[in-house]
Amino acid sequence: MPPAELSAASALPLVFESVRLEADGKTLLAELSCRIESGGTSVLLGPNGAGKSLWLGLAAGLREPSSGRLRWLGPGAAAGPRCAIVRQRPVLLRRSVRANLAYALALRGVPRAAARARVERVLAAARLAELAERPARSLSVGEQQRVALARAWVLAPEVLFLDEPAASLDPGAAAALESLVGTLASEGTKLVVATHDLAQARRLASDVLFLHRGRLLEHTPAAEFFREPRSVEARKFLAGEILA
Amino acid sequence: MNDLSEAFAAAFRMLLERDPELVEIVSLSLAVSGTATLLAGGLGLPLGAWLGVARFPGRRGVVTTLNALLGLPAVVVGLGVFLVLSRSGPLGALGLLFTPAAMVIAQTVLLLPLVAALTRQAAEDLWDEYGEELRALGASRLRAVPTLLFEGRFALLTVLLAGLGRALAEVGAVILVGGNIAHVTRVMTTAIALETSRGELALALGLGILLLALSLTLNAAAELARGWAQRAAG
Repeated sequence: MPPAELSAASALPLVFESVRLEADGKTLLAELSCRIESGGTSVLLGPNGAGKSLWLGLAAGLREPSSGRLRWLGPGAAAGPRCAIVRQRPVLLRRSVRANLAYALALRGVPRAAARARVERVLAAARLAELAERPARSLSVGEQQRVALARAWVLAPEVLFLDEPAASLDPGAAAALESLVGTLASEGTKLVVATHDLAQARRLASDVLFLHRGRLLEHTPAAEFFREPRSVEARKFLAGEILA
Repeated sequence: MNDLSEAFAAAFRMLLERDPELVEIVSLSLAVSGTATLLAGGLGLPLGAWLGVARFPGRRGVVTTLNALLGLPAVVVGLGVFLVLSRSGPLGALGLLFTPAAMVIAQTVLLLPLVAALTRQAAEDLWDEYGEELRALGASRLRAVPTLLFEGRFALLTVLLAGLGRALAEVGAVILVGGNIAHVTRVMTTAIALETSRGELALALGLGILLLALSLTLNAAAELARGWAQRAAG
């Protein structure tokens, strides 16, 4: 239920057209083409260093491709895609949890009264109400990640990019975070999650983009991917082999 | 030796009795340097933070120049402001020379590069930490300036106190543009200079002790406030 002031027509699908990313003469992402549709949770799966975070950075508009292009094809694309990203180690501001959420809305120019109501709703839904007055930086890593997720949620994004959620969390904190992610997905937010955690991918994915060494080896519906992946590397990855 | 101990005794007597002349001089010092610090902070904090995050051609040159101005001799600033404010100078018509206002102007000019340069460094470090996150949230570099100033508030408090310390301790600028006129523009440092040269060691020593105590108190208070506030804000 995105509030009226933040909702708009959909900007999805997002299309990568022969996207390359290079730095210092090294190819980081090679000739990557894919299409992210609305609905469900897309998982970027692959070992560390596969290029998942770079993919997210491109998709979220934080980086420019060296060649190729990204296009949002939906009717809402003209107004700019409403996307948010939660990075692996989110940086929170030195202020209360509540003020961190309010800041994100203030940056988008949401009127103060509407912002306040929205912040309170999200704090409650994210079970952060008790922590609302705490300085955000004094929280545990798991709590900080939940705050970062709530800070993205408060923007009511159409697409939310998550980079290795719960990667460094203990099981309890990871479960809390994933349940929050589930709530977002059930509200209709399109999620794109980068992970190297196979179990997490199984729990979340409706389709899987398998990346290895900067190449997209396949983009397959989740059920099919986990039953019968198309690429040799994905088969090895699923079998628990270490990919060189 | 006897002279010296007598001078110390007289100095402490003046401090304990809150000698009216002493109080007047200390008050003017605090007013002039405090105002100059606020003005230099008001201009230098946003300017420095902007310089820390902005990217434009020639930025390196500006930063290098600013860093060089850190060592700007107070007496040269005093001379420059003196020339501008003197009767035949561009702002001579304002009649500000040898008034506390002129001293505030001179000290503001003296502190501005200090505040801006130290803020620039702090903001650049903060941008390294926050930049990508702020951009992801949709903040432009310009919009990030107030955010970074707030995020760096503890470090920047120290910058302002360093500025206040420098202003309170400098003599070259205020003596040139203020003229050390009794009851009008006499501040702690100019009074110390004058009284020492006249051999009136008691007032000079009293003021010197106060100046030291003031600077110690300011720094201790800042350290306490910083530690406390940082704990409170995580």
